[in-house]
Amino acid sequence: MDFLRPASWEEALAAKAAHPAAVPIAGGTDVMVEINFDHRRPEHLLDLNRVGELSEWEVGDETVRLGASVPYSRVMDSLRAELPGLALASHTVASPQIRNRGGVGGNLGTASPAGDAHPALLAAGAEVEAESVRGSRRIPIDAFYTGVKRNALEPDELIRAVHVKKATGPQQYSKVGTRNAMVIAVCAFGLALHPESRTVRTGIGSAAPTPVRAQAAEEFLNAALEEAGLWDSGAPLPPSVAARFAELASGACNPIDDVRGTAKYRRHAIGVLARRQLGWTWEQYRGAHNLEGAA
Amino acid sequence: MPQQPRVTPTELRQGAGTKGGIGESTLRPDGTLKVTGEFAYASDMWHEDMLWGHTLRSTVAHAEIRSIDTSEALATPGVYAVLTYDDLPTGVTHYGLEVQDTPVLAHGRVRHHGEPVALIAADHPETARRAAAKIRVDYAELPLVTDEASATAPGAPLLHEGRDDHHSGHVPHPNILHRQPIVRGDAAAAAARADVIVSGEYYFGMQDQAFLGPESGLAVPAEDGGVDLYVATQWLHSDLRQIAPVLGLPPEKVRMTLSGVGGAFGGREDLSMQIHGCLLALRTGKPVKIVYNRFESFFGHVHRHPARLWYEHGATRDGKLTHMRCRIVLDGGAYASASPAVVGNAASLSVGPYVVDDVDIEALALYTNNPPCGAMRGFGAVQACFAYEAQMDKVAKALDMDPVEFRQRNAMSQGTIMPTGQSVDSPAPVAELLRRVKARPMPPEQQWTTAGQAPDVRALPGGLSNTTHGEGVVRGVGYAVGIKNVGFSEGFDDYSTARVRIEVIGGEPVAVVHTAMAEVGQGGITVHAQIARTELGVSQVTIIPADTRVGSAGSTSASRQTYMTGGAVKNTCEHVRERVLEMGRRRFGSYHPAWATAELLLEGGKVVTDGGEVLADLVDVLGDEAVDMELEFRHRPTEPFDLRTGQGFGHVQYSFAAHRAVVEVDTELGLVKVVELAVAQDVGKALNPLSVIGQIQGGTTQGLGVAVMEEIIVDPKTARVRNPSFTDYLIPTILDTPTIPVDVLELADDHAPYGLRGIGEAPTLSSTPAVLAAIRQATGLALNRAPVRPEHLTGTGPAA
Repeated sequence: MDFLRPASWEEALAAKAAHPAAVPIAGGTDVMVEINFDHRRPEHLLDLNRVGELSEWEVGDETVRLGASVPYSRVMDSLRAELPGLALASHTVASPQIRNRGGVGGNLGTASPAGDAHPALLAAGAEVEAESVRGSRRIPIDAFYTGVKRNALEPDELIRAVHVKKATGPQQYSKVGTRNAMVIAVCAFGLALHPESRTVRTGIGSAAPTPVRAQAAEEFLNAALEEAGLWDSGAPLPPSVAARFAELASGACNPIDDVRGTAKYRRHAIGVLARRQLGWTWEQYRGAHNLEGAA
Repeated sequence: MPQQPRVTPTELRQGAGTKGGIGESTLRPDGTLKVTGEFAYASDMWHEDMLWGHTLRSTVAHAEIRSIDTSEALATPGVYAVLTYDDLPTGVTHYGLEVQDTPVLAHGRVRHHGEPVALIAADHPETARRAAAKIRVDYAELPLVTDEASATAPGAPLLHEGRDDHHSGHVPHPNILHRQPIVRGDAAAAAARADVIVSGEYYFGMQDQAFLGPESGLAVPAEDGGVDLYVATQWLHSDLRQIAPVLGLPPEKVRMTLSGVGGAFGGREDLSMQIHGCLLALRTGKPVKIVYNRFESFFGHVHRHPARLWYEHGATRDGKLTHMRCRIVLDGGAYASASPAVVGNAASLSVGPYVVDDVDIEALALYTNNPPCGAMRGFGAVQACFAYEAQMDKVAKALDMDPVEFRQRNAMSQGTIMPTGQSVDSPAPVAELLRRVKARPMPPEQQWTTAGQAPDVRALPGGLSNTTHGEGVVRGVGYAVGIKNVGFSEGFDDYSTARVRIEVIGGEPVAVVHTAMAEVGQGGITVHAQIARTELGVSQVTIIPADTRVGSAGSTSASRQTYMTGGAVKNTCEHVRERVLEMGRRRFGSYHPAWATAELLLEGGKVVTDGGEVLADLVDVLGDEAVDMELEFRHRPTEPFDLRTGQGFGHVQYSFAAHRAVVEVDTELGLVKVVELAVAQDVGKALNPLSVIGQIQGGTTQGLGVAVMEEIIVDPKTARVRNPSFTDYLIPTILDTPTIPVDVLELADDHAPYGLRGIGEAPTLSSTPAVLAAIRQATGLALNRAPVRPEHLTGTGPAA
């Protein structure tokens, strides 16, 4: 196994072009486990740790450009206001040591349905900035996950950053595991309210072959909020709306039975989380809305 | 050839400033080294020119081996040896703790997933691993035996044909390894007197010891044709007894030294790499190190027996138990390991710490193609406690009685006759332990609520995973109490040896304690130094690394080491002290009449009278002489259980603990947060109170683990292990571990050294059923299995 250590982003792209099968490594959360247990034996490892810019982020007007290697602990500490869903997701990643090394680029590169960041990215709305020696492109997050542990990257492409929409409303994220920390998700759910566009977005993890949105649930809720004028009134949500939203979120799952949980449980739990998060986010929205109205 | 490894086991010295004798919480001599990463664990062993051994294991659970082709592996550059069954040096090709049924390397057949088939030694661990992948094994799969039904069905494949072990004569089927009935009184007649009869079926999952230091050792070939083996184990001499015949060496040519052990919990009672490492070292003439990785470790040791238990209890209206009937089926897996003794424990402790005169008990262990199971903390008593404590709650409910009060009405006490006919002849404060945990103040309700703020999710089920802000959360409280035997039972000649030397070094009297006791983290060496200080009045104690140059210390298991090897150190110290006093009398007796008339002690480096008068300095008494003695120590003898009635004086001592569990359950998601696990335990005498609390908290946490998460999942269709990793075999993290207040009683057992009681296992028993009882109370569900998983609490189990 050759260990490639580019000193710059340009060198990294050149190395990836020369060795398209090279496996990029930054924090190593997924890659090192696979190597240690002999599940994977790449010809080349492409170490991105010398490419300092990957650990930087910029807060723009509408999005945060988050370098692929920005560690989860940074997201928790510094981007809680801009990316509340992703910050909550970051809390659930492994242990403090791993949160200090691992970043969103690794989650996206592995594209496991159990990656903790995915539901938060799907719910917030994001684009993946992929680049190769041929050029740079932005891949919408909805089009990024193409299969079990497969993504839309070309063999010569690397993930440089992810552009995540700044929160304009409440966001929530929850993960179910059979212990209270350091656990791979049995399932996960993220919800973001986008008052500026009067839409909601969702993300589901570990309950389908890829991370997915609960689109029918989103469309139902968008319509229900619009029809009843709830964005404007800030009135409480009818329980029937929350119940139907939960049911549709549950229906968006396409899970399997495995050692971590049953398919039936995953569907059930996603419904519970969807209902709870809708309650939490809507109450938070109402609180802020009614405060504004009063002011 | 260099004889000494470069990295060797750490010699531990207690600082000269330490004064602590028994009863003080002296610090562990290995504590700072472990915390700072300086301590040499077995996996840190290193030797010039050493090779790395690797084990090829079966990928299927039950198959005939048609052929093994090692040629390509052998041709790999860097490979020094590839060994299969055909390369074994002697006719002794099997080993085992009690029944020698385990092949050193598979011979013509594999009986479980992960069974060792071939060994490789190479100059790099990676080379060894890759060479192993080039060995071609032709398996022809055989039908599987996975449970009692398939084990005893007509025409069932026999795991071990032609058995001639000492259990084979009395078992009803050759796939039943051992069966122990216990019959006392007349259960049928007593049942007729019962006002309520409650029965239940329970399942206890396969738990792993999950010690953090994987199996490892270093075998160094010696010039005399023997071998020096540095290894992490629980009982050096038991290993030696099994290793030497396979190698064809006399025991004195297999010299074993304990290397740093990173936890054991029963998982190191059976051999792992010991024989394999020695075979490779002797074949190649080079030192060979074998270290399992975490994946292999799950196949490298036995697990706790999964069990199916059926119980029936009766009681009268006034809350007195009338009778108990039970049947306990333990899955022993493919090889015997410690299963027969686990059966004996499960049977003899199946009634729990209660007075029940009329019982009909049956416990048995199966041979199956599942992973071999054997010793783990609690050893058969754990599974039984899970079931009988669930039954106690059910009976109490049927009587509309408080579950603690019901238990107290039936609690055993000193003088109670066990189902085996054995009288409990030391304190058995069962009712008092329950009273103490019940009397504790409750942890505050809804600790997650914060004035005007977002809820503190750390206090909620799911923790920082943010699954609830209080929705669906219900509190539950549950109680349990258990009984565990201490020491090896059923007539086993259970002894420990200690060598103690006292001499003057650098102008100060120093005691040197040498035993073969495996320090696996329990703190035995701390206690040995305390005992030597108390008995010999010295402050300086050196603990020599455990090895086979001294006699056997028995196993670090069965909660026995403080009693047994601690007892041996005490016993030898007493004899050494007598010798020292004789020297004193010879040298100084004429100077003071008290030498002849008073009770003399050694204290603070001096010979003193029991009245406190100083007669001489130890330095002067000893001069340049040393007193050096090695003696064996035995507990009182026990008897085997009768094979038909189960009667017999089978156990040395009993140990009791009670728990109260307080849990918060997210009843919609099926997630559990254990808020508090209060314990009360009688320890007889706390030799080191801090270590005692550590043991009790550790055992409690291990019991919590199997209540809500820990389970090795074996696919019933293939008998393959599905979760051999710490990714999917979950053990509690600190965020899952509740507050564990510990209430320690010290009621002396007059049969034991210092009156102490073995403590390591009892807290593991009652922790699990207490947590389950609390979850039952919160959810109203029956919950007849451990661990309980979210799908069991939400009715979302797998599609049938």
